[in-house]
Amino acid sequence: MSASSRFIDGMSRRHFMSHVAGAAALAAPATAFTNSILANAADLKKRHKAAILLWMGGGPSTMDIWDLKPGAATGGPFKPISTSADGIQICEHMPLMAQQMHHMSLVRSMSTREADHMRGRYYMHTGYVPNPNVEHPSYGAVIAHELADQVPDLEIPPFVSVGSGSVGPGFLGMSWAPFVVDSNGNVRNLDMGIDPTRLSQRLEMLSAIEEKFIGEKRGASSDDHAKVLSKTVKLMTSDQMESFKVMKEPKDVQDRYGNTGFGRGCLMARRLVEQGVPFVEVDLGGWDNHADIFKTLSDNKLPELDKAMAALVSDLAERGLLDDTAIIWMGEFSRTPNINGNGGRDHWARSWSVAVGGAGFKRGVVVGETSSDGKEVVTEPYSAQDLMASVLKSLDISLETTFTAKNGRPMKIANAGKVIKELFA
Amino acid sequence: MARHVHSGRCLSKSACLGVHLLIVVCLAAVAPFAAAAREKDEHFGLPEVKFINEQVAAGWSDAKLKPAEPASDQEWCRRVHLDIIGRVPTVRELDDYVADSSPAKRANLVGRLLGDDYIDEYARNWADVWTTVLVGRSLENDNVNRSGMRQWLRRSFSKNVPYDRFVSDLVTATGVNKAGEKGFNGATNFLSGKLEDNGIQATAKTAQVFLGLQVQCTQCHNHPFNKGKQNQFWEFNAFFRQVRALRQFEGTRDVQAIELVDEDWAGEGGNASQAELYYELRNGQMKVAYPVFIDGTTVDSTGYLPAKMDDGTEYGVNRRQALAQLIVDSPLMPKAAVNRIWSHFFGYGFTRPIDDLGEHNAPSHPELLDGLGERFRGQSFDTKELIRWITLSHAYSLSSRIGKGNAADDPAVGEKPKFSHFYLRQMRPEELYQSLLTATEADQAEEKGEKAARKKDEWLSQFIIAFGTDEGDEATTFNGSIPQVLMMFNGDLVKTATGTGKGGFLDRVAASDMTNAQRIDSLYAAALARKPTRKEIKLANQMMVARKGDAISALQDIWWAVLNSNEFIINH
Repeated sequence: MSASSRFIDGMSRRHFMSHVAGAAALAAPATAFTNSILANAADLKKRHKAAILLWMGGGPSTMDIWDLKPGAATGGPFKPISTSADGIQICEHMPLMAQQMHHMSLVRSMSTREADHMRGRYYMHTGYVPNPNVEHPSYGAVIAHELADQVPDLEIPPFVSVGSGSVGPGFLGMSWAPFVVDSNGNVRNLDMGIDPTRLSQRLEMLSAIEEKFIGEKRGASSDDHAKVLSKTVKLMTSDQMESFKVMKEPKDVQDRYGNTGFGRGCLMARRLVEQGVPFVEVDLGGWDNHADIFKTLSDNKLPELDKAMAALVSDLAERGLLDDTAIIWMGEFSRTPNINGNGGRDHWARSWSVAVGGAGFKRGVVVGETSSDGKEVVTEPYSAQDLMASVLKSLDISLETTFTAKNGRPMKIANAGKVIKELFA
Repeated sequence: MARHVHSGRCLSKSACLGVHLLIVVCLAAVAPFAAAAREKDEHFGLPEVKFINEQVAAGWSDAKLKPAEPASDQEWCRRVHLDIIGRVPTVRELDDYVADSSPAKRANLVGRLLGDDYIDEYARNWADVWTTVLVGRSLENDNVNRSGMRQWLRRSFSKNVPYDRFVSDLVTATGVNKAGEKGFNGATNFLSGKLEDNGIQATAKTAQVFLGLQVQCTQCHNHPFNKGKQNQFWEFNAFFRQVRALRQFEGTRDVQAIELVDEDWAGEGGNASQAELYYELRNGQMKVAYPVFIDGTTVDSTGYLPAKMDDGTEYGVNRRQALAQLIVDSPLMPKAAVNRIWSHFFGYGFTRPIDDLGEHNAPSHPELLDGLGERFRGQSFDTKELIRWITLSHAYSLSSRIGKGNAADDPAVGEKPKFSHFYLRQMRPEELYQSLLTATEADQAEEKGEKAARKKDEWLSQFIIAFGTDEGDEATTFNGSIPQVLMMFNGDLVKTATGTGKGGFLDRVAASDMTNAQRIDSLYAAALARKPTRKEIKLANQMMVARKGDAISALQDIWWAVLNSNEFIINH
């Protein structure tokens, strides 16, 4: 029996909330929730913006996927094929995505400097290079923070990460941390197995201890703990947890996304966005191809990617969600144009590609160009912060937004990146 | 002197009487010497503690900070148990400490925790800490035998092997990485999983962990913002070219064990007496590298291992042994060690991250870092002595309650730490696990040693996210986010800890001849090392009423709440 139905059995949700309301610190969000249900009951299906980040951990070789160089010494064996977007060609091992490219655009002129996994991962997720003195919020934390108001009825976390956990909320605080689930949508330890009255009494006792400790002014992590507690309580009692259950989708839909971790993750992303979650990150690892890259890509990585990503893009488009949902495909960097002695490619950040689509982005265009061997960007180069600024703009998030880091220093959203103009009409 | 006794509150009936008696005795006997005792008390007669206190205090006056009030006896006792042996104190240990009226009570407790009584727990805790440093938490790596690593670490820490030998043993290890196999040497696990691709990971990790140098970026190019040069990476890497990892297979697929051996190396140029390696510059040009230490010290470039010729002349070099000696002699080694161990106790080291001591990254207390490093070397790298100095320092005795005079000292917002109050930090997952066993007295029934450690690994694995990169990068969701709270709310570990079964912890508390008030007190002491407040007592009593006299269910609810609190999971 699921947690939510157990709580609802023999006791209405409202009744449960009135019990929980006894627990002062933890009750605030619960009461806010009850109020918001009353206020928004008629307007639950209101449109909201969202973003899905398809994170390619390890650094995929984008000149074998989005920016092919057939015939060049660096080009590798793959052939380009035409797509549903005029003038855009992509890799032959991406045939399903080729039919969706009119929904997407490519930036072939990314040029960054971080070619270490952890540094690149941080930089591409936050728009800032790692700095020992401040932790910056990642895409998910920023977008959830900016868009959460649009979905006051959301009871599950606004930043969900399927797979490898994304990058944290930095100075925005642990209550904006990614909620990490596996691709089967299993959430561990969801069920307490006691009746709601007793739970609320436990919570009341707990909140007394929390408040005492917070009141002793020992530092911010004691408050953060209480905030995360209240989010957890909200989630444990929510019907919205159903949206994690990809297995409830019809079989043919599951098949279309592919019976892979990434396939299920993309399907879950669609379900979560439909539920109102403003940011979902789905991870596909395995791109750190220092050896035997082409066989790995053609036999394994690209088919898995192609199937799931194409199903996601077409589903969002068919359901009318694409106009409000940005899609970002990227890794921490790309791979060397030179093919190494092991038939692999090493880390390379100087010239590479990302794919974006949906929301306010112009579709079916290519931005920028690399040299014939793929080693240089020959047009204006774009950075992580430029990309981040563009994604935020596509979601109508103001680029004038300034956060205050914990040390009081103002931090411009997206590190004051410049919007990539060609991505907008 | 008497301050210690007054600040302590009685946590059990028996200890309470003792304390009151002691107050009388102490006041009568020691009062005239109080000033002298306090003077000595500040550094317990240890010049190293005096040095730390002076250096940290200088930082306070520079930054116009006033240190926080002292932590209560209970807080300090909890903290020092967590940090030295990796778990909260038992009620008994807490009572004993609070009741102790000696002016040297802190030194006595540290002495006990570092002594024979706690030798297994000390070794377990530091083996956990170092397993994470040396091989990470992920269970996925076939080339690492965690159990072998941990057994070797436990033995090193229970023997208090001097840190220079510890480092040298890890860097030069040969033998089989799995316990029970012939030629077992668990120290090989540090390098056994890092030798692929010509030992790039071995190079980066050795420099990072033992010298505090971040060289991983210089593998491919000169460092963009520090002095690291690409040639230095490959010259350092050259020290790892004689070592081979021989895989022993079980059947055809699974790696059963790995044996590290040193072999003569012919070099990439095929000339063993000048064994060289090549690396590629960004512009495609190839360069040559021989073993050169980061300070420029060169080592004979022969690839032959030490041997004797027929005429008796010796030749050859064991490159890893040469490297180990250079590391041990380097001034960076004790600094890197001190920085790591200091940060274990304070939550922050003198640099951020702690394993980046490069010139671009100025430490918060340069003289203290240098001076402690020298003293650590002067004390023959006795890790327990270093721990004694740190835990007996004034800074370590301060409360985590932030006062007006030290609110500006907040490294969480990016300031350099001044250690003017104790910084909150969440327990490491290993500490939480062990503390739950201790608080529920389940550690008595628990398997010991490696069996228990494997059980802990399994539990831990739910929080570990491996990124699947060649570098073995990983992250944890045991970071204060929702999955962690769900685990504490509903997970098996806490379900067991709050279980009401016959003979379990709560059952024993409920069956004891204590009053309900005493039972609640003992739950608070076991988890939070304090008494409940009046408000908490009131709520607990309401719980008793709500459970209609079913005392054990009420205790279960209270215990659940206590274990789930910020106060329990945060080391304060």
